Amino acid sequence: MIEQKYDVIIIGGGPAGLSAAAKAVENGLKTLLLENREMLGGIPFQCVHTGFGIHCFKEDLTGGEFIARLIDRAVEKGVETMVKTHVLKIQVYSALEKTVYAASPKGFLKIQAKAIIYAAGARERHQYEIGLAGDRPDGVYTAGEAQALMDVYGVLPGKKIVIIGSGDVGLIMARRLAMERAEVKAVIEVLPYPGGLTRNIVQCLNDFNIPLYLSHMVREVKGSERVEKVIVTRVGEDMKPDGSFEFELECDTVIVSAGLKPDVDILEKIGVETDPATGGPVVNEFYETSVPLVFTAGNALVVNDLVDYDVEQGEAAATHALKLLGDYLSPRLEWRRVERGRNIRLIVPQLVSGSKDVVFYSRVQYPEDNVRLTIRETGFEKRFFKVKPAEMIRIMIPAEELAKARRGKITFEVVR
Amino acid sequence: MSRIVEYTCIICPSGCLLRVEAEENRVVKVEGAGCPRGVEYAKQEFSDPMRIVFTVVRVRNGELPTVSVKTTRPIPKNKVFNLMKMLASIELEAPVEIGEIIVGDAYGAEVVATRRVGRREPVAG
Ligand SMILES: Cc1cc2nc3c(=O)[nH]c(=O)nc-3n(C[C@H](O)[C@H](O)[C@H](O)COP(=O)(O)OP(=O)(O)OC[C@H]3O[C@@H](n4cnc5c(N)ncnc54)[C@H](O)[C@@H]3O)c2cc1C
Ligand code: SF4
Repeated sequence: MIEQKYDVIIIGGGPAGLSAAAKAVENGLKTLLLENREMLGGIPFQCVHTGFGIHCFKEDLTGGEFIARLIDRAVEKGVETMVKTHVLKIQVYSALEKTVYAASPKGFLKIQAKAIIYAAGARERHQYEIGLAGDRPDGVYTAGEAQALMDVYGVLPGKKIVIIGSGDVGLIMARRLAMERAEVKAVIEVLPYPGGLTRNIVQCLNDFNIPLYLSHMVREVKGSERVEKVIVTRVGEDMKPDGSFEFELECDTVIVSAGLKPDVDILEKIGVETDPATGGPVVNEFYETSVPLVFTAGNALVVNDLVDYDVEQGEAAATHALKLLGDYLSPRLEWRRVERGRNIRLIVPQLVSGSKDVVFYSRVQYPEDNVRLTIRETGFEKRFFKVKPAEMIRIMIPAEELAKARRGKITFEVVR
Repeated sequence: MSRIVEYTCIICPSGCLLRVEAEENRVVKVEGAGCPRGVEYAKQEFSDPMRIVFTVVRVRNGELPTVSVKTTRPIPKNKVFNLMKMLASIELEAPVEIGEIIVGDAYGAEVVATRRVGRREPVAG
């Protein structure tokens, strides 16, 4: 058992955690970064494609190139890190006293901190969560598992592939597998529109003649030891099989790319309130959860599609930690609750004071053209030519605007 | 005879829908591009489509068995699989540094490493 005391412990060494750690050190906080895997870097480490860092480095980098820059920056600032260190639980004694328990090659660690920034990313939804019925043979992977297998460990997951889910992650995996000469039989999407960006439909599917079946679902996986085939069926508007059309696809591998969900088990155990819309914690404008001085950032807060937002949230969390550690004794602010109106699927942060400019991250429920994003209570509005669930909306609302909402809530909605 | 072809621009996430008007085998008009890069893309896509290639290459004695690589510029689309085949036959010796040139001339581009792979050694701590 090791006993040490830090100002802030950061859990998770992906883009959000690395950015938070570099910023925390820069802010003069005694900081420790804990990462579960043998290497820092989180998701981008295993991404071979470009599309990273367009905002924060003004360059189009591959995942590996991007994350190397964040790691180098953290190293330069002198961030203290421990890899192969899996955080098991947090215990909260008082506002300024928390203990983090972790398993590491050095043994079982017990480390004390005043504040925690939880940046452990999101978890992939697996086959059971999307109701995939049938046999339980080998050859069913989540997209992230298949990606790590292929692009970190150099093992092709299979030869004949069916991908479930047409979000960008599923599309990118389809291309990677096709490039490696696997036969990608189809991408199956239950919704009537693709989840990913059009450019990914073009460069990942059309380039390789991979068919995309919208309004279809994999009803059953068949196979005794290894996957042998899947049964694909058309669904109606209620997303249930409508019995109109069904076919089989022979394959040896099924890749489930059914979205991510913030991984908040550890936080739930200390009583952090969660938001059913994001799957992550409810946070105030400081990204502080309902447990004082426990912050979140990155995919653990809300599933981001642009890594730049994870970086931004990580840095902000570290700056907020410095501020709140400084005035943790001052009276707590009064919060106005952020509500979801028409065509808003999710929005963070969920609590704002009206005394600070706030950057909101939001997703719509369904695609729409020529709409306005409005705040019902203040009359604020902004035009959008196009909104889609695949593209997160990032919008800064000044304090004066938020302060106009006198009643205890602020309702965002998309109107025509 | 003029004809119209449509492409989705893949240069940035906006994904503009490009309408290309061509006469004979020459582009005479591009509509729908949100910026000049889209016009360039449409012309290129019409005459000779190009793509950047990303993949992994095997590494011996590395902390990891692979290193990710990319072409420094797009290469002709119909050469992508030739390059993939060539890269599949290569095996590098660790360490590999980001930016290290793996293939000097691959259809007009270089293939460079995009991940750092240290040498496998018993590491302390
Ligand atoms: C396939 C794919 C492609 C993508 N492509 C792009 C792209 O082209 N451009 C772009 O901008 N974005 C892209 N993204 C999004 C981007 O990668 C993510 O938004 C970003 O990685 C999230 O960062 P994070 O730090 O919150 O989480 P992660 O990157 O998931 O990092 C979390 C880290 O926490 C660690 N951890 C988890 N639990 C514990 C624990 N209990 N103890 C210790 N450590 C723990 C994990 O090991 C991991 O290293 C892509 C995502 C995916 C899945
Ligand atoms: S035309 Fe310009 S703005 Fe439109 S997708 Fe292409 S690069 Fe982006």
